[in-house]
Amino acid sequence: MAKEHWIWRCDRTIPSDTGAGRAVLCELLGQLQACCWPEHDVFDVHLATEEALVNAIKHGNRFAPDRCVRIRCHLADDLIRIEITDEGEGFDPSEIPNPTEPDRLESPGGRGVMLMKSFMSRVEYNTRGNRVVLEKARGKDADAPRNGDPAD
Amino acid sequence: MAEYRRLEINEVGDVTVVRFRDKKIIEDINIQELGQEMFRLIEEDNRNKLLLNFSSVDFLSSAALGKLITLDKKSKAHGGVLKLTNIRPEIFEVFTITKLDRLFDIKDDEADALADF
Repeated sequence: MAKEHWIWRCDRTIPSDTGAGRAVLCELLGQLQACCWPEHDVFDVHLATEEALVNAIKHGNRFAPDRCVRIRCHLADDLIRIEITDEGEGFDPSEIPNPTEPDRLESPGGRGVMLMKSFMSRVEYNTRGNRVVLEKARGKDADAPRNGDPAD
Repeated sequence: MAEYRRLEINEVGDVTVVRFRDKKIIEDINIQELGQEMFRLIEEDNRNKLLLNFSSVDFLSSAALGKLITLDKKSKAHGGVLKLTNIRPEIFEVFTITKLDRLFDIKDDEADALADF
C-alpha cells in the first residue's frame, strides 16, 4: 500500500459514553466536510462509525465506567481511516449470523457490522475482536455495488 | 389526546400520518422514547393505519431500524397496516442492504402511500 500523506489526525480516549463518542465523530465529519468530501461518502462514514462506536461502548465495554474507548483517525486527500478499540473481551465477527436470512430478517438487532462492511471500503478486526479499523476511499465507491450487498 | 414529543401526528381520512421531529435518529434515549410513542399509537390509540413519513429524517442508526421492526410486528398483531414513505436515497440504501425493503411497504411519496391504503 502506498504511504498516505495524512492531512489530519486525532487520537482520543473517551469514557464508555455514546455522547462522548459522537463528539469525536462530529469533529471527524467536520473535517470531511471541510475537505469537500461528497455528501454520500460523509453519510457512509457517519453511519459506519456510529455503528462501530455503539458496538464498542455498548457491546464491548458494556457501558462500564472504568473502561475506555480509543478512537484514532487519519485523514488523507482520498482516504479516511478510523480505528476504534474498546476494553471488552472482544468477539468473533465471523460468528455473527447474516441478518438478511429469512429467519433473521425480523430480528430487531444484529445489522451494525453488516452496515459497516457495506458502507466502507475496508473493515478489519484484530484477532481478539476488540479493535476495528474502518477505511473509506473518497468517491471511488459512489457508483459501485456495496461490499456487503448480498447477491439475490 | 396523548402528547408526543418525538412525533408529529396528522390524520388524513382514516390514516394516521406520522412525521419525526428529530432529523437524526441516533441517541439511544431518543430512540427508546420514539419507540414508546410509536407503539402507543397502536396499543393505546388503536390507530391501525399508520404512514411513517421520513421527509424530515436525514440519518438513522441500526437501533432505529430495530424499533421500526418491532412496530411492524405490533401493527400486524393488531391487524393494522404500516407504510413508509419519503425516505432519502442514502437511508433507503440502508433498507435495501439489510433487505428490510422486503419487510416494509415503502412508497416514494405520501400521496402514493395514502392511495394504497
